[in-house]
Amino acid sequence: MTDVFISRGPNAGANTTAPTTQTSYADAPEVRERLVKDAQALIARYPQPRSALLPLLHLVQSEEGYVTGDGIAFCAELLGLSTAEVSAVSTFYSMYKSKPVGDYHVGVCTNTLCAVMGGDEIFATLKAHLAIGNDEQTPDAPGRERSLTLEHIECNAACDFAPMMTVNWEFFDNMTPRTAVQLVDDLLAGREVTPSRGPSLCSFREMERILAGFEDERPGVVDAGGPAGPATLEGLRLVRQENQASPSEDQA
Amino acid sequence: MSKLTPVLSRAWDDPRSYTLEGYRRHDGYQAVHKALAMPPDDVIKLVKDSGLRGRGGAGFPTGLKWSFIPQGDGKPHYLVVNADESEPGTCKDIPFLLANPHELIEGVIIASYAIRANHAFIYLRGEVVHVLRRLQAAVREAYAAGYAGKNVLGSGYDLEIVVHAGAGAYICGEETALLDSLEGYRGQPRLRPPFPAIEGLYASPTVVNNVESIASVPAIVREGVEWFRSFGTEKSPGFVLYSLSGHVTRPGQYEGPLGLTLRELLDLAGGVRGGHRLKFWTPGGSSTPLLTEEHLDVPLDYENVGAAGSMLGTRALQIFDETVCVVRAVLRWTEFYMHESCGKCTPCREGTYWLVQLLKRLEAGQGSEDDLAKLLDLSENILGRAFCALGDGATSPITSSIQYFRDEYLEHLRLGSCPFDPALCTVWAPALATTGARA
Repeated sequence: MTDVFISRGPNAGANTTAPTTQTSYADAPEVRERLVKDAQALIARYPQPRSALLPLLHLVQSEEGYVTGDGIAFCAELLGLSTAEVSAVSTFYSMYKSKPVGDYHVGVCTNTLCAVMGGDEIFATLKAHLAIGNDEQTPDAPGRERSLTLEHIECNAACDFAPMMTVNWEFFDNMTPRTAVQLVDDLLAGREVTPSRGPSLCSFREMERILAGFEDERPGVVDAGGPAGPATLEGLRLVRQENQASPSEDQA
Repeated sequence: MSKLTPVLSRAWDDPRSYTLEGYRRHDGYQAVHKALAMPPDDVIKLVKDSGLRGRGGAGFPTGLKWSFIPQGDGKPHYLVVNADESEPGTCKDIPFLLANPHELIEGVIIASYAIRANHAFIYLRGEVVHVLRRLQAAVREAYAAGYAGKNVLGSGYDLEIVVHAGAGAYICGEETALLDSLEGYRGQPRLRPPFPAIEGLYASPTVVNNVESIASVPAIVREGVEWFRSFGTEKSPGFVLYSLSGHVTRPGQYEGPLGLTLRELLDLAGGVRGGHRLKFWTPGGSSTPLLTEEHLDVPLDYENVGAAGSMLGTRALQIFDETVCVVRAVLRWTEFYMHESCGKCTPCREGTYWLVQLLKRLEAGQGSEDDLAKLLDLSENILGRAFCALGDGATSPITSSIQYFRDEYLEHLRLGSCPFDPALCTVWAPALATTGARA
């Protein structure tokens, strides 16, 4: 068998020139101006501008809570791409939303391990409690200060904390149907909620700005939640116990 | 004494392990001084001699990968860290980066220096915002302390480190899909050759390594090859994170030498949850064929797990006890592969769809025994014919579950329904069963 060697040339499509057309956010020039400044800072981080497309899509999602036509056009203009090229990317990745997300994105892991450990029951409980389906947003109702969008999610690398949930992609570990219901009630009532490992929740849009590549500037957020959750430390805890025990063994 | 050897995890119980000063308290940023005083080729040789193998699943020798980068070619070189941890059951890199992002960054500096890269990217999956915060802060601290930027530690070597958040796509853990994603495209795998070492990011020589692989480098540089090879086995040297999850008394991260057995690890983790017994498990995530009780004493290294008919993968040890329906488990994983198939190649895109249809029918007790043959036939047509390892991985749970649990599939057909009660396998099942609070 002979190897087929197809050389990859420099990428087409990406250019470094300033946008020539300005159709996005035409009715909100101040928004546009702010986003352009942010976008240019992101583009400058990469050897080739198109690498900033995923960050830019997070950026426009942080502005409007989902990826709108304006958001697509904005990315296209800044990177010298067609809107079709940007849409093709935006629709490929599950974190970019094509319809509005509530103040909070609530995820329930229903991949096999979490599902078996109770994730399926949690997801069913929440759907019934909120009277919404997968990928749906809670409607306004008396006593509700905030809205949320419920979605079942895939494995989120917290299997030793199963069943796990996320809110705005922060970890909520070792959940049960009862704690899950309490969680969404707190969110809807506008009460402050803190994840298992991380700082007090910000809104979905504020979180998307962090994903775009801008640091969360609230004081103390990096330190919040400590170095690790209890399961992360199980092995180390065993070793520490043994080390504490070993000096007395030496004396014996 | 237990067989655990915390090296990567040694600092995690320091309340400030994730900060630069916290990491320094635990020998952090010593290796980088040593490495920058060495010729880059000597650093590559050191890592090669250590026998370090990729910790992201495939087990390819890390130093060898670095040595494939052509030198003096006049092109920019890149280091890309694969922090897209998304394989079902795999949960090591994410807690690692939360607890000690600086160990990765020190490894990034050393690796970049060795392959003569002046630009390194850390591609982190997007769905872990707090890990992103920690990484962003750690990179900022590293720049401020002179470990990154122009003239690193006065050595004359320049290095830019960029933290890049993904946007939700399992396929981006495949290294060439990751590169396409990092270039701002849909994350779809590339035809190889050319391999990334020749034409990777921006068609330039690129090394793509897993978080744990790169984070193992500072300790190797600091303590030496002989020390590293004193852990593990001849062909699988070193220490790794074993992640136990599921029906185990104390799930969590256990760091030890390669070659421990599941029996030894279960002993450390308090065994299978009380009153239950092991039914099946994955050695390294859902893409590695299932194993059973008969494999409890298989040493968990690349060679022995391979010889037992599976793959070591990421040491994502998902433990399932006798309350779990294997058909349900396999269906759910297969739905995952269908959802995550990028659509580029027909065997995977169409194959995973039809696998799900058949499994759904079987789980509901419908269909016939012929469906099992059909599942195996479809799997055979995907395995080795898909564009990348996602398709191969999708067949693992199916073929292995039919191999070990064929009768359980047939039992569904005999009953016309699933013989298992999903309430019994939940975390809260035992307590609720004694109080009788749940119907």
